[in-house]
Amino acid sequence: MRAVLRVERGTIVRGVVIVGVLAVALFGVPYVAGADWITTSTSIAIYTVAALGFGILYGRAGMISLGQVALLTIGCWIGTRLSYATSLPFPVLLLAAGGITCAIGVLVGLPALRLSGLYLALVTLMFAGATTIVLSVNDFPNGGGGFSGRSATGALATSTPPVRRPSWAIADVAFYRYTVIVCAILFLLALLHVAGKPGRAWASIRESEPAALAAGVNITLYKLWAFALASFVTGVAGCLLAAQVGVPRAITFQTQDSLTLAATALIGGIFSLWGALVAGVFQQAIPFLFQAQWGINPNFVLIIFGAGLLQVLLTAPGGLADQLPKDLARLGRLVASRVREQADAEKKAP
Amino acid sequence: MIEVNGLTVRFAGVTPLDDVSVVFPGGTCGLIGPNGAGKTTFFNVLSGFVRPAKGAVRGFGDDLLAMADYRRARWGLRRTFQTEMAIEKLSVYDNVAMIHEHSGAKRSSRRADVLDAIAFVGLETPPKAKVGGLGARERRLVEVARAVVGSPRVVLLDEPAAGLPDEQTEQLAQVIQKIPEQFGALVILVDHDMTLVSACCQTTAVLDFGKLIASGPTADVLRNEHVIRAYLGTEEEL
Repeated sequence: MRAVLRVERGTIVRGVVIVGVLAVALFGVPYVAGADWITTSTSIAIYTVAALGFGILYGRAGMISLGQVALLTIGCWIGTRLSYATSLPFPVLLLAAGGITCAIGVLVGLPALRLSGLYLALVTLMFAGATTIVLSVNDFPNGGGGFSGRSATGALATSTPPVRRPSWAIADVAFYRYTVIVCAILFLLALLHVAGKPGRAWASIRESEPAALAAGVNITLYKLWAFALASFVTGVAGCLLAAQVGVPRAITFQTQDSLTLAATALIGGIFSLWGALVAGVFQQAIPFLFQAQWGINPNFVLIIFGAGLLQVLLTAPGGLADQLPKDLARLGRLVASRVREQADAEKKAP
Repeated sequence: MIEVNGLTVRFAGVTPLDDVSVVFPGGTCGLIGPNGAGKTTFFNVLSGFVRPAKGAVRGFGDDLLAMADYRRARWGLRRTFQTEMAIEKLSVYDNVAMIHEHSGAKRSSRRADVLDAIAFVGLETPPKAKVGGLGARERRLVEVARAVVGSPRVVLLDEPAAGLPDEQTEQLAQVIQKIPEQFGALVILVDHDMTLVSACCQTTAVLDFGKLIASGPTADVLRNEHVIRAYLGTEEEL
């Protein structure tokens, strides 16, 4: 029975950190944050999931996709349309948006069976660009009813109803908590994959496709599976985004967001699920700080991301999620040795 | 037993395998030849990476070439590569377990089988250690552990000792020798190290410019004058 009780130290530390982060997100943040920070925090949670999708594709399976924000947009768009067209309960909306985005994501992933590296990156970036164009041509709901959400006049009517939220999470704080919980479930889903058979198969594909084939990995299946999982979680996050902003507009979604997401995901670290958390904070909190809090042109953020990306690529390929614990441990040792020196010096002095 | 019949592979203008017919009877079989003789191409045909122009390969009576490449592992084919390909991001345990997962072996015996394979190759590192942090010798051993887990029938080792010092090659030879009786698998060993080949292999086949020039008991083959001229003789000329 002792074997059952023996839990490794690393597992305990990880569990405590996860519970701590969730507790801070669910109770700490609403306690201290004002209305604007609650909105930003909701966006952070949503974008961590988009970064998670990027991390699954690139960090695990080695496929670089620059279309992740486009998939988030598609999830958002589908969530919005379904919300207008049906009276489905919100959790069903989430699943439907996730499922349809998943199907589209698998289609986007088909080129990945033949292309890799730069070529795949370009194809997925083109997809992101095409999504932006299609959405701005068709526009987001402009006040009409039904699935199309269009009114004949074309102008955005003031009466455009917001995308509904779950009945018990109408208020911003409640919806923020709801978002955090859904995102935590999506992270758990990713963790189960990464720690299991698919995660090992992806790692072998990333290492070498011939070796993976020789090991009996069905490469087609596992590559598309990675795209399916990444697109599903991103689609669900997109539906959350729809309910958060209420009336999404095409203009809010730019192709370049897919690029900054890739940059922040790399800065955060693509080999760890924590990296996605860091990426979400960078992607959403820093532009908010620049624009709303400090009144600086948010385009400067791009320079910071560029510098951060350079630093990561040159010195810390594992990203902040890998580097920060190491640096903290080093700092801890440094402080400890200083304290010891101090104590020794005091002992010697009469 | 592996029977190869009239196997021919053509790339544009080159014929890396030219009408090769040979039988690997069982135990540990050597496959030697100078660089470019077609040894790795032969392994690639078995793995399904290269489609032969003609010929047949039967493994224990089954038509290997008719199987989809990724299904051959489930049939019982394992291989290592000239450049070591253990997965850096995974632990030693996961590296071996992922082969077991795709081999069709029973899930309930996975833990025991994987730990057995790791113990068999004599790896002292803890199974939880990431392969990225291991040295050349340990990585080679991880690869061999990957090749023997999950009831293999045929194990292809492509220069498993490349880059290892003599003493470690000897240890590896001892591990390779034990594979047939321990796992009941047929081993085909490609290597340039004649000490390793004569230590491990009961029979040996020799390729030169895509043609089979000799096969039979290892000691006889290594004394064969065609073999000496084609392979070992190049050193004398230098």
